Amino acid sequence: MTNNDEAIEITNVLKVYKGDTDVYALNDVSLMIKKNEFFTLLGPSGCGKTTLLRLIAGFEHPTSGTILLNKEDISLLPPNKRPVNTVFQSYALFPHMTVGGNIAFGLEMLGWSKSEVTTAVDEMLELVKMQDLKNRRPAEISGGQQQRVALARALAPKPQVLLLDEPLSALDLKLRKQMQIELKRLQSETGITFVFVTHDQEEALTMSDRIAVMNEGKILQYGNPKEIYHHPENKFVANFIGDSNFLSANIENENAILSDGTILKFKKHHDNKVSGKKTILIRPEHVHMEKGKDTKSSFSGKIVNIVYFGTDTHFHLELGSGETFTVRKQNTPTEKNEFEIGWTVNLMVEQNAIQILND
Amino acid sequence: MTTTFKIDSDDSAKKAANVVRKAQSKDIRKRWLLSLPALAIIFFAAAGPLLIVVIYSFLEPGDYTGVIWIFTTENWFNVVMERDIFDDNLVWADAHLSIFWRSIKLSLVTTVMTAIFGIPTAYFIATRSPKSRNIWLFLITIPFWTNLLVRTFAIQELIRNKGVINKFLQWVGLTNEPIEMLFTDFAVGFGMTYVYLPLMVLPVYASIEKLDFRLVEGAYDLYASRWQCFKKIIVPLVRPGLIAGSILVFIPCLGAYVTPRILGGGHQLMFGNLIALQFGQGKNWPLGAALSLTLMILVMIALIYFVKVTSSDEKKNV
Repeated sequence: MTNNDEAIEITNVLKVYKGDTDVYALNDVSLMIKKNEFFTLLGPSGCGKTTLLRLIAGFEHPTSGTILLNKEDISLLPPNKRPVNTVFQSYALFPHMTVGGNIAFGLEMLGWSKSEVTTAVDEMLELVKMQDLKNRRPAEISGGQQQRVALARALAPKPQVLLLDEPLSALDLKLRKQMQIELKRLQSETGITFVFVTHDQEEALTMSDRIAVMNEGKILQYGNPKEIYHHPENKFVANFIGDSNFLSANIENENAILSDGTILKFKKHHDNKVSGKKTILIRPEHVHMEKGKDTKSSFSGKIVNIVYFGTDTHFHLELGSGETFTVRKQNTPTEKNEFEIGWTVNLMVEQNAIQILND
Repeated sequence: MTTTFKIDSDDSAKKAANVVRKAQSKDIRKRWLLSLPALAIIFFAAAGPLLIVVIYSFLEPGDYTGVIWIFTTENWFNVVMERDIFDDNLVWADAHLSIFWRSIKLSLVTTVMTAIFGIPTAYFIATRSPKSRNIWLFLITIPFWTNLLVRTFAIQELIRNKGVINKFLQWVGLTNEPIEMLFTDFAVGFGMTYVYLPLMVLPVYASIEKLDFRLVEGAYDLYASRWQCFKKIIVPLVRPGLIAGSILVFIPCLGAYVTPRILGGGHQLMFGNLIALQFGQGKNWPLGAALSLTLMILVMIALIYFVKVTSSDEKKNV
């Protein structure tokens, strides 16, 4: 990976809102977003992801720190001087212009000739499959269509970076899933760097090349979806993405010793030496259940609840240590219940499935 | 056990239809009776008097006051024309025409001035915090609760030769002689701008307040300069408020009486003053009636024009 790969470099950015108490919307955030990447900022409401997006767009300036776009410092440039366009959560379509007028707006502001503008607008309409609606007004089209117009409008000026602020949150589930695939396709077709903001972890996992998980103005971890999912570094990230089982354990060399004495062998992910009391994470789908109590197995628990989900079944267990544990098992076509409430089962866990958390 | 219903014959169907019709006409009668009081008020307080004015405009003026019941169209002629006293020809009534022209001119100037002062004021108020906004609106509308005469006399006190402004300028040493401001067209325009300013500020404020500023952000994001943003986003979306404000200022200005009377001093006659004159010293009620109806027609033309402009706006703005 050469240095030319970086599109956006965010270095030690702070954003403070002064008041009775100073609010640190962004607290020393550093990030590197690569060219042609679908990058997602993921986190709960108020974590700072939208603030960070607005700083990249230029609607606000960082209190301190720098933002570089292709090596150029854009931290203090106004939005109309940055080759960056935004798809707003509310779409912000101009109500007094047609769909075509909206899409043409940025191009007209840039001084493109009339013929260039018309060609580009038609191109965009074809890209988002809205050719018939060129002369309609935003109030006359559906939410999903408005969303696509907002997208076309932001893509028309061919920006270097496209920012998307929770653009799918107002759509119903089916439409949202369709648009997720559409966005992914658009990103790879246009080759534009996408920076996507969402609180929906499933959305982040399905669409992103890389994800940054944020909370309370800080970036907790960033990497590709697999890494984030299988190797979260702390409890928050583990909990925010996917379901988790947290167990207290004492770490000695390659062994995690649970409070009831069960010894679990694990494979180290990093080379750092870890020892002492830690929390370990095991994903519910990485555990295999077997009937009976066998002293040779990893550890065991008693089934206290079974929840049927269609595609799989969740088993809630109570371990010997008293902690709760969830196992997810994919359902087979056979109707037969393989496990019943009250049974004690052995739990088999692969060494790779045990993740040690930093907090 | 199931029951079956059957429409026996045409007869019972006709009976049913009759009942419905009777009930409907009873309903209509009831509605008319209930609206009778309101209709009576409208007739006696509005339509009736208007009818009297129309009739009077076609009668001859009495010697001192009142009318003589002889039909004539002379009054309508006299609105815009007069008989030359020497050769009895019909010529343009310059006195009247200059008054009409001054009224339209001053009303237009007032509308423009209230817009120039009102738009930044409305923008300022709309961009305050929601809490302080109400206080600002309150301050703007307080003068409205004061009596018009009192307000107009206050302006007079401000601009007369020995008034506040002139005294201040002389005290500071900027002038030696007082500047003639009172009893000029300027005074009337100034007074009307002051009086009608809230009527421009409020609708424009309502439009600006409704404006979604995220649209402005969207325009910036799409490379618009501040000026382009203003011209292409803010102005078109605020236009309905501007037009409403213009109507609310222009039309009352046309027929203004008190302000031109006090600040114009009887020299700068406007439409309203001219009409009042006919019912006073002029002793020509029918002419006054004709003039009033002319004013009403002018106002209706202005209104129709404004309505046409706003309805084409509405087709665009949705």
